[in-house]
Amino acid sequence: MMSASPRRRVLPGFGLTLGFTIFYLSLIVLLPLSTLALKTASMGWGPFWATVTSPRVLASYRLTFGASLVAAALNGVFGLVVAWVLARYRFPGQRIVDALVDLPFALPTAVAGIALTSLYSPNGWLGGPLETLGLKVAFTPLGIVVALTFIGLPFVVRTLQPVIEDLDVESEEAAASLGAGRRQTFAHVILPALLPAWLTGFALAFARALGEYGSVVFIAGNMPMRTEITSLLIITKLEQYDYAGATAIAVVMLVASFVLLGAINRLQSWASRRGAPA
Amino acid sequence: MRRALTEPPAVRGALLAVAIVFLAVFLVLPLAAVFAQALEKGFAAYLAALREPDAWAAIRLTLLTAAIAVPLNLVFGLAASWAIAKFEFPGKGTLLTLIDLPFAVSPVISGMIFVLLFGRQGLLGPFLGAHDLKVIFAVPGIVLATVFVTFPFVARELIPVMETLGNEEEEAARVLGAGGGQIFLRVTLPNVKWGVLYGVILCNARAMGEFGAVSVVSGHIRGLTNTIPLHVEILYNEYDFQAAFAVASLLACLALVTLLAKSVVEWRSRRAARPDEPAREAA
Repeated sequence: MMSASPRRRVLPGFGLTLGFTIFYLSLIVLLPLSTLALKTASMGWGPFWATVTSPRVLASYRLTFGASLVAAALNGVFGLVVAWVLARYRFPGQRIVDALVDLPFALPTAVAGIALTSLYSPNGWLGGPLETLGLKVAFTPLGIVVALTFIGLPFVVRTLQPVIEDLDVESEEAAASLGAGRRQTFAHVILPALLPAWLTGFALAFARALGEYGSVVFIAGNMPMRTEITSLLIITKLEQYDYAGATAIAVVMLVASFVLLGAINRLQSWASRRGAPA
Repeated sequence: MRRALTEPPAVRGALLAVAIVFLAVFLVLPLAAVFAQALEKGFAAYLAALREPDAWAAIRLTLLTAAIAVPLNLVFGLAASWAIAKFEFPGKGTLLTLIDLPFAVSPVISGMIFVLLFGRQGLLGPFLGAHDLKVIFAVPGIVLATVFVTFPFVARELIPVMETLGNEEEEAARVLGAGGGQIFLRVTLPNVKWGVLYGVILCNARAMGEFGAVSVVSGHIRGLTNTIPLHVEILYNEYDFQAAFAVASLLACLALVTLLAKSVVEWRSRRAARPDEPAREAA
């Protein structure tokens, strides 16, 4: 048993709660996850490498990473505008709009998937008009971008909004009193202060998009080499009882996601240092 | 000088318009599409789709799954937050990272690890087969995958809340002779109740709506191993769009209720944090 520091030992229940926490964590999370490592280790480097670099898998990486990047960038731009408007302006219906931003967190991904597909399919509300403009969305990589934009929407807004609310108005006043126009103040005072949170939100949206499945499978069309995302490829391998192949692809995605989360952690500690009073 | 502190009216209007149009296209339209298509053939057809036996079975399975996953993760969340927020011990940072782990694992991989463990060719596959036990393509697998993906929700919500509150009140209760259970029920729980509720709401929404992880372990057996999201998928893939959206509208309602509850809880906990300040926003 680990020892609690004496100062805090007044309260009871340390052994019981920590014991249960570690037991439950091991049973539900660590034990199942360790099968990934076991399966990979039993596979050998040669077959592993052959699986994760096969053309169909490489095409799925390109599509998944590319579409996630575009979607995160779209959210970066529009999320900044939405966060700014919600934090700084007052308008009727604001609280409803503010609550609605979390919809992609609350709406099950399968529902989002079929709703977006019906919206953007050739006879849908948006798909029809867009097609007359020569733009096909459903069943193309563009459709995947739309779904991933939906899924990642809250991240940039929710990381930026509190930072904008806490911005030090005095430095904006100082800039203005020194003769800076609003645009200059924005570029040289506000934007640098927002940068760490902005990047964090972007990275969170990107990380979420990489593993997304439910909202994408319906709108993607799922054609190998063209519109097949990596998550779907893992499922396909599992359905063919190719556990080793599925594991190899999953491990690559998991490593990518861990690297990204490490970067996000560093970004967040940078952001909190920025936020701390100098 | 005052003017330089805000954007010119034209810019303000343009930014507001961009934000509203973006949110309307990406959030309001999909939501509207769900209800529009669910009611496309009238209210009778809508009800018929919900009354259909397979839909009922899916609803029951979803409720059962949430009824197991949410309480388990609630108990875990309470235990973990007590240990982590009230005590100092080595390895706390690592423990926090490990608790967050399920958030870093994508839905499909979350389901896959249980297939690797319990599937026919999985680690425990031969053992389960010999004893005629079924986990994958059966209800236990669905419950396990759901417990895994909703694992961190309550703990994550509660740990920061308990850390901010500190230990003074609990220590005072202890000095006055209260036992552990009493301290927890009479002192801690009333202080963190909004955090608990918030965590439970988020946990429940995810438990009922999870698709990817459950899809991998379910086997999609109609009437037996289909949750609501999986039933929606089957109906949609059979081109029964109206029924698919009718069933999906249940989940959309759940999402709206979740958002509403979340707003209320956020508002209440903000008010609880500053009790002397009258809630202006209520008006």
